[in-house]
Amino acid sequence: MSNNKKRQVMNHDAYPDNYIRGILNSVKSIAMVGASPVNVRPSYFAFKYLAQRGYDMIPVNPGHVGKELLGKPFVASLSDIGRPVDMIDIFRNSSHIMPVVEEALALDPLPKVIWMQLGARDDAAAAKAESVGIKVVMNRCPKIEYGRLSSEISWMGVNSRTLSSKRAPAPTQGMRLSLNRMSVGGGDTAASDRAAKNKTEQS
Amino acid sequence: MSDRLPGFSTLAVHAGAQPDPTTGARATPIYQTTSFVFNDADHAASLFGLQAFGNIYTRIGNPTNAVLEERVAALEGGTAALAVASGHAAQVVVLQQLLQPGDEFIAARKLYGGSINQFTHAFKSFGWNVVWADPDDIASFERAVTPRTKAIFIESIANPAGSITDIEAISTVARKAGMPLIVDNTLASPYLIRPIDHGADIVVHSLTKFLGGHGNSLGGIIVDAGTFDWSTGGKYPMLSEPRPEYHGIRLQETFGNFAFAIACRVLGLRDLGPALSPFNAFMILTGIETLPLRMQRHCDNAKAVAEFLAGHPAVASVSYAGLPSDKYHQLARKYAPKGAGAVFTFSLKGGYDAGVNLVSKLQLFSHLANVGDTRSLVIHPASTTHSQLDDAAKVKSGAGPDVVRLSIGIEDKEDLIADLEQALGA
Repeated sequence: MSNNKKRQVMNHDAYPDNYIRGILNSVKSIAMVGASPVNVRPSYFAFKYLAQRGYDMIPVNPGHVGKELLGKPFVASLSDIGRPVDMIDIFRNSSHIMPVVEEALALDPLPKVIWMQLGARDDAAAAKAESVGIKVVMNRCPKIEYGRLSSEISWMGVNSRTLSSKRAPAPTQGMRLSLNRMSVGGGDTAASDRAAKNKTEQS
Repeated sequence: MSDRLPGFSTLAVHAGAQPDPTTGARATPIYQTTSFVFNDADHAASLFGLQAFGNIYTRIGNPTNAVLEERVAALEGGTAALAVASGHAAQVVVLQQLLQPGDEFIAARKLYGGSINQFTHAFKSFGWNVVWADPDDIASFERAVTPRTKAIFIESIANPAGSITDIEAISTVARKAGMPLIVDNTLASPYLIRPIDHGADIVVHSLTKFLGGHGNSLGGIIVDAGTFDWSTGGKYPMLSEPRPEYHGIRLQETFGNFAFAIACRVLGLRDLGPALSPFNAFMILTGIETLPLRMQRHCDNAKAVAEFLAGHPAVASVSYAGLPSDKYHQLARKYAPKGAGAVFTFSLKGGYDAGVNLVSKLQLFSHLANVGDTRSLVIHPASTTHSQLDDAAKVKSGAGPDVVRLSIGIEDKEDLIADLEQALGA
């Protein structure tokens, strides 16, 4: 227990903005497990968006080895990447999370972050990753969170839950947007967080 | 960069808005443009395919409208919102996402007369069948559920008599039946009641009323609470199934807890077309900045006027949930402790003729078919807003022939009472 003293227990029902902001500001390379070349799949949306925002994206999908996703060659598994990777973004159902996390825990060096997509949650897998110091995010989408913290998602009428009186730079195509807006939390979505929690507990 | 949650008044001024990145303009600019330039072909394709955030055409989204949408979503505690041309348009767009022809929805009998007409006649022609229930009898909602029922629709504070609906009790019925609860929160505004906190899955508004607040701009809005799971059982195919309009995207899977708002935008607003003018969005946004101040004044004035009327010898009865003697007073204390709204009815001992006489003698109250204006308003529902209902339905909806409806403004209450006194006295 003593070596866990510095680690605070993450509440996976509602992440502080600074936790998400810290992750998206610090990771540079993201391996996306379950990335799809089909351009109407959510993983394709997220892969393309994150690549445009400057992340070094690596598509992981054994069914597509030999092909490319937006110019990046598919690899079959995490161990085939052959270089250190900062974050593993898992586009798989909750029931397929644990094997991917176990594979990630065998990497050397370890990834800094394991991110499970919208709808995916495995608390046991999360605890396993957190026990070796890996940050975990579950049931969130990095594209949506990037859009939210940069307020770009406000174009869609989405509650970004941030407020700012500062002038932001005009966004241009392909630029990295600032997630460090001097913002305060602005409007809760507690009901939605509660509903997600109830759903997790029922399943 | 704290996660501290600001208060309601701060959100009413700031949520959704920031200085314009290009010009530094601090007030939200009116982006009075139909269309937006694409960076290149890939950017255009990404926007049309819903892969990128951005603007295409004002029928689908507009930067001024987007500020309004985020602001109301923040005030209601929802995940996202969609602004449309009117409250009626909001209702069409919401139900289009939920109902297929031949499906049913349950609606509280006490509603704005225009909604009763829309549900009874216009929606019938779409094959959407309304089944009425009594908001004072929760079991009547349970009894109305059939395998084809897709949603329940209620008003938080119900037109015309300002009665308070037991949102939590009805949300329990909706949850048990596996369907979303839609709450029209027009007469309360989120300042008085936040239906999502009480179990609503979707909130709609006529922005024309208290949110805009000045009687100058039509508008409507849909707020997604992000609470309903649309994926189960194929019951809501607009959200759960691959959409041919977008080459097979599944909206719930792609957009998670704001998928309903996206469906309303990309399947409803895009294809039905009731877009809100950016100019109206600007006017309504300006109104919302003072919502907390106005709404409290509306309520305080309404209570004073209701008390005056309750003590007047020409008045037979007053229906205002802010009065301790009112049938809905306990519900008002629970759901709307800051005030029971500013729209209510009273009936005159002299019946229909006395109502007509009163309306003609009032000098400050305006005789017109709206509510939620800065100005005080008066109307005789039986001959106007509820005139298309038959006599029995008029009485059931609280708009009998002897009933007069008031919408109390933000003038000095002494002047409103004096105007009523002179009109009642003669």
